[in-house]
Amino acid sequence: MAVEAQIPYQEAMELHDPHSWITKYWFSQDHKVIAIQYGITAIGVGLVALVLSGMMRLQLGFPDQFDFIDPEAYYQFITMHGMIMVIYLLTALLLGGFGNLLVPLMCGARDMVFPYVNMISYHVYFLSVIILLASYFVPGGPTGAGWTLYPPQAILTGTPGVDWGILLMLGSLAVFIVAFTMGGLNYVTTILQARTRGMTLMRMPLSVWGIFMATVLGLLAFPALFVSAIMMILDKTIGTSFFMPAVVSIGDSLDYSGGSPLLFQHLFWFFGHPEVYIVALPAFGIVSDLISTHARKNIFGYRMMVWAIVAIGVLSFVVWAHHMYVSGMHPWFGFFFATTTLIIAVPTAIKVYNWTLTLWRANIHLTVPMLFAIAFVITFVMGGITGLFLGNVIVDVPLSDTYFVVAHFHMVMGVSPILVIFGAIYHWYPKMTGKMLNDTLGHIHFWVTFLGTYIIYYPMHYLGFVGVPRRYFANGEMAIIDESVIMLNQTITIAALIVGVFQIVFIWNLIYSYFKGRDAGPNPWKATSLEWQTPETPPRHGNWAEKLPTVYRWAYDYSVPGMKDDFIPQTEPRTAEETAAGRTE
Amino acid sequence: MAEATGLRNLQLVNDWADDVAVFRAVPWGKAMMWIFLLSDTFIFTCFLTSYMTVRMTTAEPWPNPSEVFALEAFGVPVPLLLIAIMTFILITSSGTMAMAVNMGYRRKRVPAALLMLVTAVFGAMFVGMQMFEWTKLIVDEGVRPWGNPMGAAQFGASFFMITGFHGLHVSAGVVYLIIVAVRVWRGRYEEKGYDIIEITGLYWHFVDLVWVFIFAFFYLW
Repeated sequence: MAVEAQIPYQEAMELHDPHSWITKYWFSQDHKVIAIQYGITAIGVGLVALVLSGMMRLQLGFPDQFDFIDPEAYYQFITMHGMIMVIYLLTALLLGGFGNLLVPLMCGARDMVFPYVNMISYHVYFLSVIILLASYFVPGGPTGAGWTLYPPQAILTGTPGVDWGILLMLGSLAVFIVAFTMGGLNYVTTILQARTRGMTLMRMPLSVWGIFMATVLGLLAFPALFVSAIMMILDKTIGTSFFMPAVVSIGDSLDYSGGSPLLFQHLFWFFGHPEVYIVALPAFGIVSDLISTHARKNIFGYRMMVWAIVAIGVLSFVVWAHHMYVSGMHPWFGFFFATTTLIIAVPTAIKVYNWTLTLWRANIHLTVPMLFAIAFVITFVMGGITGLFLGNVIVDVPLSDTYFVVAHFHMVMGVSPILVIFGAIYHWYPKMTGKMLNDTLGHIHFWVTFLGTYIIYYPMHYLGFVGVPRRYFANGEMAIIDESVIMLNQTITIAALIVGVFQIVFIWNLIYSYFKGRDAGPNPWKATSLEWQTPETPPRHGNWAEKLPTVYRWAYDYSVPGMKDDFIPQTEPRTAEETAAGRTE
Repeated sequence: MAEATGLRNLQLVNDWADDVAVFRAVPWGKAMMWIFLLSDTFIFTCFLTSYMTVRMTTAEPWPNPSEVFALEAFGVPVPLLLIAIMTFILITSSGTMAMAVNMGYRRKRVPAALLMLVTAVFGAMFVGMQMFEWTKLIVDEGVRPWGNPMGAAQFGASFFMITGFHGLHVSAGVVYLIIVAVRVWRGRYEEKGYDIIEITGLYWHFVDLVWVFIFAFFYLW
């Protein structure tokens, strides 16, 4: 290994230091500032989506009690809630936020390879959010087509927001994809080409691996959404028939003919399924680092963890049609996609076992980040197991479009990544601000969120089994709806509102601790990875001193026998005893 | 691991097991352009796949490309005449681009800049002929994105969307070429080196390659 090899570019990388308030906080080229910009915007728009989910729950728990919720508004809540949560919150926060923050710091780079492009990426993302939210201020309001936006209904009369909302939604998505591409190219190139001396790929923290693979997935999957957005805009505006068959709408024969609504479903899910892993893989990576650090033990099976991330990423491109079992596809396709879907359980199970084995007989510190990490593992297992039900065609068909599906995806790709995001914020906030987040508030936030999650989503499995359909404004007098459903829906609604309101504790903690928090020092968690070894906290623009750090070991040297401390930073050269003992990786 | 499995002499394994950079001699911009092109490939793949799908789902007959795209020459309709010329021009521009890259690495900046400008001119000619083709289809033959007299509406829809998107790529490439050529001419890259010409060239060759697929799938099928 050429530890002393030359670093051609980033040692003397040009940095555009800020000259004014505007270039420091708004048009900043510092990856850490951009990360915080992404974070604040994503959390802000996420709160909007949280409020929308509360409104839906009000209607579901107490039907017809609230005048401001009519069926149109309800469908708009569903659509905006789903799209915001998946794209504008989770994708933007995990990749734009944590990707920007962690990749250069953990790889030992001064910044992203093209800081200017990185800056533009945030502002284009901001524009996409503005376009999306603008749909609340146009005639007809936002689209109510459901977050999957299936044509023909998405662009036909009868769907809310059919005039303006759908166009703003599609346009906003296209703009978001441009923003993501600019950021994503930066993350991938930085990881591949701009690591510091000694930082081999197999010494990178798993967070970076997760972000890397998720970004690759994004770069290859978002094009399908981009293309379908363009085609649907054309169908809507100039009357092409890409997705539109001959349709009779409200007694009128429309001018469309010969298009394929199924084509949209394929394109959408060719994006949509990798999207699940775009959200999940960074969470997998980050949670591995949280568990290892706070359990003071090396991650179990590091290489397996890396290869599992890669395998999940590759497999995620060949499972998309399991979202379409009820679309009338050929049974052989169902067979194929069920098989590939269940194969993904193998690398995923490897990861869960390795997290568990990392915790096994470890020196577990039940800090707030660790609580969230453990909560993630539990919740992810719960959500993953229902995935086995839904991955099988014959079990999926009766469960399709019921609350069982809602429970499944909220557990596995809604709450799980959110728990990791909370844990990650509690973990890295000290590095970003120099202050610790308040522990008491953290515990309150954790227990309410964690227990609330189960009160909200556990009963939904049951609702799904008894046949409550999802996306219904009201169940009305349907004979198949059991009496117990009403009580459960009320319980869920009350729990959801409480959990939603308690997020104020978290927001308050972020603000309060910034001013009044305990000083964190450079490395409060006694962690090994590079971001905790920066000369200053918070790290300055350029991250490192004159010379970039040199890495001598992996990121998981916790509780190494015979060593003075229970952690050895990656920048610590190997001792003679270690070399003698044969530890060279 | 490399030692244990006897793979240590394999360059590929060494590259990926190395620190700092996977692709040692590759500048950041070039790596980034390759990754971008990979992403862009998926965009065009989705476009072409969608076109093939709607071509199969529509119940109307598909217009015959040999007739629709024929051009009257000396009183005889010649199938694909214009497209053949357009394709020839675009492929030629790839040749001049490659020569520009060569000149760049030999640090002959003025010939490099001139060759890039020639490439840009070829690109502009291509876009110009595409505009002529569009005009002919729209004005003379009545092809619209939402329908046409010859058959399936998806013909016009796919045609204008795909060639339009590709034309936008070519136009962007022309602008990109001109900007870089002017900078090369002024000696901006004397210190940094002329990798930028190769990076621009990667994009240009990609746009050409995409055209080959559009040509094959749209005009020949």
